[in-house]
Amino acid sequence: MTRPARLVWLGLLFHFKHLSRNAFAVTATTIWPLVYASLAYFMFQAGSEPEALLVASLGAAVMGIWSITTVEAADSIQRQRSLGVLELLVAAPTPFWTVLLPITIASSAIGIYSVVSTLLWGRLLFGIPLELEQPLLFALAIPPTIVSIGLLGFVMSSVIVRFRAGWAVGNMFEYPVWLVTGLLIPVALLPAWVEPISWVLAPTWGMRALSEAAFARGSPLEDIAMCLLLSAIYTLVGATLLGRFLESARRRATLSLT
Amino acid sequence: MNVVEAVDLRRTYRITTGTIRRRSRDVEAVRGVSFSIREGELFGLLGPNGAGKTTTIKMLNTLLIPTSGSAHVLGFDVVRDARRVREKVGYVFGGDRGLYERLSALDNLRYFAELYAVEPRRQRVRIDELLGLVGLEGRERERVESYSRGMRQRLHIARGLLHDPPVLFLDEPTIGVDPVGARELRALIASLAKAGKTVLLTTHYMFEADSLCDRIAVIAKGEIVAQGTPQQLKARVEQSGVVEVEVFGIDQESIGRIEALADVLAVTVEEQEQEQLLIVQTAPGAELTHVILAQLQGVAVGRVAFREPTLEDAYVQLVTA
Repeated sequence: MTRPARLVWLGLLFHFKHLSRNAFAVTATTIWPLVYASLAYFMFQAGSEPEALLVASLGAAVMGIWSITTVEAADSIQRQRSLGVLELLVAAPTPFWTVLLPITIASSAIGIYSVVSTLLWGRLLFGIPLELEQPLLFALAIPPTIVSIGLLGFVMSSVIVRFRAGWAVGNMFEYPVWLVTGLLIPVALLPAWVEPISWVLAPTWGMRALSEAAFARGSPLEDIAMCLLLSAIYTLVGATLLGRFLESARRRATLSLT
Repeated sequence: MNVVEAVDLRRTYRITTGTIRRRSRDVEAVRGVSFSIREGELFGLLGPNGAGKTTTIKMLNTLLIPTSGSAHVLGFDVVRDARRVREKVGYVFGGDRGLYERLSALDNLRYFAELYAVEPRRQRVRIDELLGLVGLEGRERERVESYSRGMRQRLHIARGLLHDPPVLFLDEPTIGVDPVGARELRALIASLAKAGKTVLLTTHYMFEADSLCDRIAVIAKGEIVAQGTPQQLKARVEQSGVVEVEVFGIDQESIGRIEALADVLAVTVEEQEQEQLLIVQTAPGAELTHVILAQLQGVAVGRVAFREPTLEDAYVQLVTA
């Protein structure tokens, strides 16, 4: 394993463990999607199609991953600041992107609680059948979905290194992205100009990959490939932005401000 | 050989005030600081709060880019060769923060060992060595949130030593630690210097600088006002005298009158249990005891003493000048 890969992997495990001991993060990622799933259930109940209910359930799970990413990943820099470790992380002789990237992926990875809780909630409370047509592909689609959404959070986090108020802007993206990426309603129902926006947002492809694997409508591999492609682009964009913002933060002395 | 060299370092901050009508102004936190630290030396940067100690150390460890001037650590420029400087420096600061509290000391040390490129095969051995050095063996699996301030500070030092850096920057490492814990930390710092580390220590405790440092630079209002060995700094005030007066409820007006006296170099008031201790430094040869007492009309006076100046008096004189 190369050093950057080892750093990212071990950093991911470390921050996932740290976040998992944060009662707020775990409760939020577990409970919020249940509310979304319940609302979606009542909305889709009118059609009374089992498939629509499972789609709603999956949508709520991905909404949960995205929500925790916007709240937690956007907040991750602030959390490092308030813990007093941000300066220590910057002072390490390691490219800072390899430090920040696992922090944001860990934030979205705790969204795994959201997937599990939403599907169980739907099954136990509303009787939504958990019949996945391609369970292996469904399981395969989860990591790239989480990683690509986490990397979108990484791009947002890079801004917050320099601008403390950036986390508030990050939170503002929570609801629009639900709409634009088809988590609430199909993108086809939205104005045509929305669709190109949805292509550059990872939750779109993550949601498609999960639902195609669940219902065997087609191969989710293309959607998974899009998640991976977007992951690479987000990493590149985030690392470039981070380099510039970090330099600016050292020049303007904003690293230690909370 | 000079391990650390700072030449005319300056750092300006932009301060913004107001909510709706925001106004900005520049504040010079560090104003032309120059010093050098030799290999294996324990060098103290001594100054009151807000003097510019932390800003100086943050420029040296690459966290802040100097507004002007230059600094090198082991020959590497702190701006151009930031990564090489970071490899050579261990950075430890005082206080509660700087650790992942919900995780154990072992988790924290393992993570930072990765960040500081400690070879995976060496990590376990190195962490065990350091836990032994800082006296935390047997407690490493406990969550940091259960640690006392002194234990956290020792863990900080272990973290700063993970990559066995030749240079250590210690920014007020004993702040807020109880006397026994602080004494243990000072012994640990002394042992590090004895082991050949080059140490830059910032502190506002005179006795700490006196007991630990080979040389001291006194910094006040962003400028170095004196530099030398503790003995050389004491010698600056050797000829002067110190009058100590125990007073009960002294007011600012009386202090002002004493400060205005000719041959008075510095005045400080220390709060004690029931009373205050008025400490007046006087110019060489001046006998001011009666004049000082005459300014204290209406103030209850207890013990009066005349004594030789200490390093603390030298420091007070330098930073209040």
